[in-house]
Amino acid sequence: MTLVLSVLEQGLIYGIMAMGVYITYKILDFPDMTVDGSFPMGAAITAIMISKDMNPLITLPICFGAGILVGICTGIIHVKLGVRDLLSGIIMFTGLYSVNLRIAGRANLPIYNKKTIFENSLMDLLPEAVAPYRKLILILILVLLVKYILDWYLRTRSGYLLRAVGDNETIVTAMGIDKGFVKILGLAIANGMVCLSGCIFAQQQRFFDLSMGTGTVVIGLASVIMGTSLLKNVTFLRATSAVLVGSLLYKACVAVAIRYMDSRDLKLVTAVLFLIILVVGRERKRKVKANA
Amino acid sequence: MLELQHINKFYNPGTVNELCLFKDFNLTVSDGEFVSVVGSNGSGKTSMLNVICGSIDVDAGKILFNGEDLTKQKDFVRTRKIGRVYQDPAKGTCPSMDILENLSIADNKGKPYNLKRGLKKHKIDYYRELLRGLNLGLEDKLYTKVGALSGGQRQTLALLMATMKPIELLILDEHTAALDPKTAETVMELTDKVVKEKQVTTLMVTHNLRYAVEYGNRLLMMHQGRAIMDKKGEEKASMSTEDILSVFNEISIECGN
Repeated sequence: MTLVLSVLEQGLIYGIMAMGVYITYKILDFPDMTVDGSFPMGAAITAIMISKDMNPLITLPICFGAGILVGICTGIIHVKLGVRDLLSGIIMFTGLYSVNLRIAGRANLPIYNKKTIFENSLMDLLPEAVAPYRKLILILILVLLVKYILDWYLRTRSGYLLRAVGDNETIVTAMGIDKGFVKILGLAIANGMVCLSGCIFAQQQRFFDLSMGTGTVVIGLASVIMGTSLLKNVTFLRATSAVLVGSLLYKACVAVAIRYMDSRDLKLVTAVLFLIILVVGRERKRKVKANA
Repeated sequence: MLELQHINKFYNPGTVNELCLFKDFNLTVSDGEFVSVVGSNGSGKTSMLNVICGSIDVDAGKILFNGEDLTKQKDFVRTRKIGRVYQDPAKGTCPSMDILENLSIADNKGKPYNLKRGLKKHKIDYYRELLRGLNLGLEDKLYTKVGALSGGQRQTLALLMATMKPIELLILDEHTAALDPKTAETVMELTDKVVKEKQVTTLMVTHNLRYAVEYGNRLLMMHQGRAIMDKKGEEKASMSTEDILSVFNEISIECGN
């Protein structure tokens, strides 16, 4: 039961990150490695704020804002300085490693006895019977909130432009808009969400660890590809919901795999699982082509 | 009025691969003119359009449009006044968005792309009427992804999107070249209708000599970065495809083809 609960909690938290990766990878067609740095950045900022007994609710907007700044930096490196997409992300997450160390002050910062977003008076209103699910309920509310805001945004004029720039840059230029600006905007929103995800993750885990960002981009991509390719025929589900489902499935797969293996093999399992998802996804595409 | 003054453009300047595209190229297009541009591959037709739209920078010279100097303007600033349709139908539309979303984007040109709702419900009927005018049955496919449409349907939609908002200059870059003869005909007729309705100054590059003769009121033939033939009004009206073809053959022999 605790395993299921932790899969659900972590799957949903990582789902916010995966929706951010969805913006960059699927909408902008930009494989953004920055997330390996912006995810632990959210955790670092949160850990240091909470350890200083600040109001945990403030960590949410602050982390989102910090992520936006990080995304803008990646965007400027790519768009204005002309560095290739993958390399701009690598430059950013390499640099952020030190930044995160500076923010947290040390490589490992536990916040066990501090007040997090999961300890607030509103939560006490919930009946005693659902006590073990308190965390899950709050996480679910936060995740759905982010999802609906993103869904709404993608249907605004600005959101249309964001979708257009990954689809066909020429059309954005034709509309008299700087396509570079739209890309920076997309990267900013995406990294804001990733950083927010790191913020909630740190509070759920009650610690910050410098290495916790390693492989974030792989988890994100795996969730996005898994969700969107498994559920692409389910028309009533929006892509953002599919990504959330993908994130949950992915976490479940890892949890099952790690049960029968050494926990030191976690990253190896992550990588192999991602490879399987990629290959199976390609296999499906090839079959479709062969039948066409 | 569009003016290209003393345009110079070299590729790889200062190397053995130096290629002169334009040397002291001049062109003046008056308001309301519909110019057909013909010429062999590599003669500088598309490059000329790219220079006007800002897709490529010039080494020297000036681009003036209604008295305003465009030379240093970014491409996305220039396109606010310009509509452009490309040879590739995929360039003028967004494949993963549906027809209504594509039209909404085009309809918002010139206005801020802010957090207001992208698709205005009360506009749907207006969009449907616009599509009905194309006679392609697109009015029943409002929610179809544009990527699922045929090349001809996409190109027609691209033309509609490029001319939806008031523009001062229409650039057509071999926009019928990738279409089958019948669809090309339809798109060309529609183009003529739009140009006449909106009275917009138009530059059309084409390899179809018949279109060049039939449509427009000015004909330009490009060769090695120069306009070697420039016919207007009466003179243009009396031209036949044979006349153009004979000039074409002459320059081809010159080149040793």
